[in-house]
Amino acid sequence: MADKQHWFTTVTVCCAVLLISFVLSVLIGSSTLNLGRAIQGLPPDREILMSLRVPRALLALWTGGALSLSGVLFQAMLRESLAEAYTLGVAGGASLGAVLAICFGWTVFGAFSAVSVAAFVGAAVVLGVIVLIASDGGQMSSLSLLLAGITVNSICAAVILFLSNLAGFMQSFAITRWMIGGLDAPSYSNLLGLTVALLPVCALVFSRSREWNVLALGEDWAATRGVSTSRLLLLGCVSGSVLTGTVTSLTGPIGFVGLIVPHAMRLWVGADHRILIPTSFFIGASFLLVSDVLSRTVLAPVEVPVGVITAFVGGPCFIWMLRRKSRRVPS
Amino acid sequence: MTLFELKDVGMRYGTTDVLRSVSLSLNAGEFVAVAGPNGAGKSTLVSILAGLRAPSNGRCRFMGRETKNWNRREFARRVAIILQESGANFPFTAEDIVYMGRMPHRSGLYETAEDRAAVEQALEQTGTTEFRDREFRTLSGGEKQRVLLASALAQSPEVLLLDEPSAHLDIYHQAQLYRLLHELTRRGLLVVAVTHDLNVALAKADRLLLMHHGEIRADGTPSEIVQPDLMRDVYSVAIDVHHGASGKPWITYGG
Repeated sequence: MADKQHWFTTVTVCCAVLLISFVLSVLIGSSTLNLGRAIQGLPPDREILMSLRVPRALLALWTGGALSLSGVLFQAMLRESLAEAYTLGVAGGASLGAVLAICFGWTVFGAFSAVSVAAFVGAAVVLGVIVLIASDGGQMSSLSLLLAGITVNSICAAVILFLSNLAGFMQSFAITRWMIGGLDAPSYSNLLGLTVALLPVCALVFSRSREWNVLALGEDWAATRGVSTSRLLLLGCVSGSVLTGTVTSLTGPIGFVGLIVPHAMRLWVGADHRILIPTSFFIGASFLLVSDVLSRTVLAPVEVPVGVITAFVGGPCFIWMLRRKSRRVPS
Repeated sequence: MTLFELKDVGMRYGTTDVLRSVSLSLNAGEFVAVAGPNGAGKSTLVSILAGLRAPSNGRCRFMGRETKNWNRREFARRVAIILQESGANFPFTAEDIVYMGRMPHRSGLYETAEDRAAVEQALEQTGTTEFRDREFRTLSGGEKQRVLLASALAQSPEVLLLDEPSAHLDIYHQAQLYRLLHELTRRGLLVVAVTHDLNVALAKADRLLLMHHGEIRADGTPSEIVQPDLMRDVYSVAIDVHHGASGKPWITYGG
């Protein structure tokens, strides 16, 4: 398996890519930013930098990283490199929560936006339902997880369609806008909350890397290597859902990141989760940062929602992956 | 030394009894072959021994403690199994797969010198060193089988369970495999191998468990068990027993 030197080099390269993407994302935008003036604290550059660009870039970083990491997790658990966080219905649940909040006109919940809170609750409820459906006497299998996820996702989608049919024009617009997904500059308190929630989850997931490796070969395989698979699947579901639910609550669903990035990283660094997890996080974050730059510049000054950019890039990539995969199957 | 002790073990899937009232003990240093017609319960028996399934009735004890009460990790340090199929959808290398055998032996993220030594030895014993860096899923059936064996050996177990171990192997590698399994039993391992090849059982095994309809039909030395009457009864096939120069019997059938 990957020796430490190789691990260190690869992770450093990915870290550098992330750093460059972050700087680009802060510097490039619809209005030009004079970094010198911003550092001297002169308006409006300082405000553009500190209130808009930096928080937005940090949100993109966490979102891309978290979505791609949860993609890695769900792919290992379902042993399917074309699965992603959204396969388990977590995003469907988050969307349903957000749509409910929009329809009922809830606006604030304590210090947070009610839509975000409702989205997170939606993700958590859906997770609970899926785990309940998929577990059978304390045992959980990845196949039933997948099937439960697909079913619950479809139900959520149906309810969302129903609600947006009933909703007024403004609400309908708000629902559509939310469903496309986008990165709006968040408050620093939201960013702090995000960091506090996600950092321990990322560390926990990384510390179990070797267990994801054996789980990726099958539940029996993992069990005969001394891993308690039900507990690991539960940990994976909860972690993956916290990762997806938290960022989705702030950004709306942003597709394809969790699908494309882990797959591409596996081709580059191999399947060993000890190296796959950190590199997927860094490159996922970079991917969304660059997508965000594109979203602000391709039609500037009009901003294209970042979900549209990731879909345009991700869709064709996905089809290519699918074709490549189906060609390999007969062997 | 008795390692496994099964008492009245039964297994029921839905309304079908796959195993009924199996009682036996398995000892260290034995090479036990498990044979019987399709659906006789061989694989179920092995998965119970591996602790993958808990029996519906009766008890399965390993070293005096019921398998379901073992800590999975402690159990995996002692009992290794090669499953018939191990689908890998991901680009793990052969070496990655062998290193996974070390899983129950350490908790850190990175391997120790001891892990490396065990893996090198396992690669060498199975002749898989040459393709250690190749992707597992691109290997041939026989090569995969040998990598999986290497992974189980790297686990440094006291019990090795195999389901059709020679299924994809050419005769050179079959000979290698059985020489290796023989050597392991001489070192005190318990080897339990499910096989359809009665000649392999006759030539290599110390003991044969003949299963039929979820029961142990016969338990003893292979040459005692592989007899025309019993075989006709169990397999509905006529066999002829021959005696070669080595003194060990071999059979032909269906003629």
